[in-house]
Amino acid sequence: MIFLRLFYEFFKTGLFAIGGGLATFPFLSEMADKTGWFTQSQLMDMIAVSESTPGPLGVNSATYVGFVTAGIPGAVTATLGLITPSIIIILIIAGFLKAFRTNPFVDGAFKCLRPTSTGLIAASGLSVAASAFFDASASADSAALGTLKPEAVVLAVLLIIVTRFIPKTKKLHPIVWIAASAVVGVVFNFGGVPM
Amino acid sequence: MFKKLSELFWTFAKVGVMTFGGGYAMLPILQREVVENKHWATDEELTDYFAIGQCTPGVIAVNTATFIGQKNQGIIGGIVATLGVVFPSLIIITILAGFISSFAHLPIVINAFAGIRVCVCVLIFNAVVKLWKGAVTNKFALVLFIIVTLGSLIFDISPILFVLIAAILGVCIVQFGPKGKEAK
Repeated sequence: MIFLRLFYEFFKTGLFAIGGGLATFPFLSEMADKTGWFTQSQLMDMIAVSESTPGPLGVNSATYVGFVTAGIPGAVTATLGLITPSIIIILIIAGFLKAFRTNPFVDGAFKCLRPTSTGLIAASGLSVAASAFFDASASADSAALGTLKPEAVVLAVLLIIVTRFIPKTKKLHPIVWIAASAVVGVVFNFGGVPM
Repeated sequence: MFKKLSELFWTFAKVGVMTFGGGYAMLPILQREVVENKHWATDEELTDYFAIGQCTPGVIAVNTATFIGQKNQGIIGGIVATLGVVFPSLIIITILAGFISSFAHLPIVINAFAGIRVCVCVLIFNAVVKLWKGAVTNKFALVLFIIVTLGSLIFDISPILFVLIAAILGVCIVQFGPKGKEAK
């Protein structure tokens, strides 16, 4: 039963993804490998759309994955799966808010969880990068990487410069760079498909 | 009761619509809607909820919504506020996803997304750098970061396992580790 499975997978994501923003991404990346519901390159497209539309990134990408997997009921199921553990945990914690905040064990756990969460995102980022920087003719999950796309490397370097080093442009919302990259992709034929 | 719940739902739906990207982006919006307009929480409470939302599992925006809803209307309020904050995502993403999938085969869309994927890599890289600054503050955290990154990249280990081990490790350090060293 696909809906039960979707709910379960997203329940796990909601339960173990800690730290907001891209925290759910390593879990979705693993889900792609394990279930075959969607590919790593589809996941990147979904992140781009989630980042460019209103709503929290984690919720948007859950809805998107659910939709791709099982249509509108899938979108609803995945989203509910993601938020159920949050609701349960928060409702429990709400009773002893101050005690939770100042608990040394909670604090200690988070000293280790923060670098762990960052490491998980870094690793997933590196593994999906394959589908962006290497020729698309090899599928994203195959062992062979294919040939490096120099135009993708040039775009990445330019994006790093404008998002990190130029004070005027680095404050701009990511949607600007997503849109610009789409235009560059079309003009320079990034997908390797003749227009 | 129903009126209050419907107010909770639509206020958080509004917050959801106005939140772009990560959870941090919604703090100023919450401040305006929840603190200034509705007086459902004080600035201090909101900061508390947000801080706890970051160190509990799940999406920060969702966690904060549950907190504020619960405070106002109890358990049912927590659930309603949370459903409110995800409601816009459900509508917008579903429409957009259907739209994109019906044009996905067009060369222009394929090429555009090939460009966008490069951008997503850069955005992930930037997010990691930003998180790194707050997370990797000492040698121990650096070692942990490297082990997790390499371990997750090379071996087929579920992220869940890493998260569980890290939490247990952190608790053990507090319990058995040298006192004072962790005070930082």
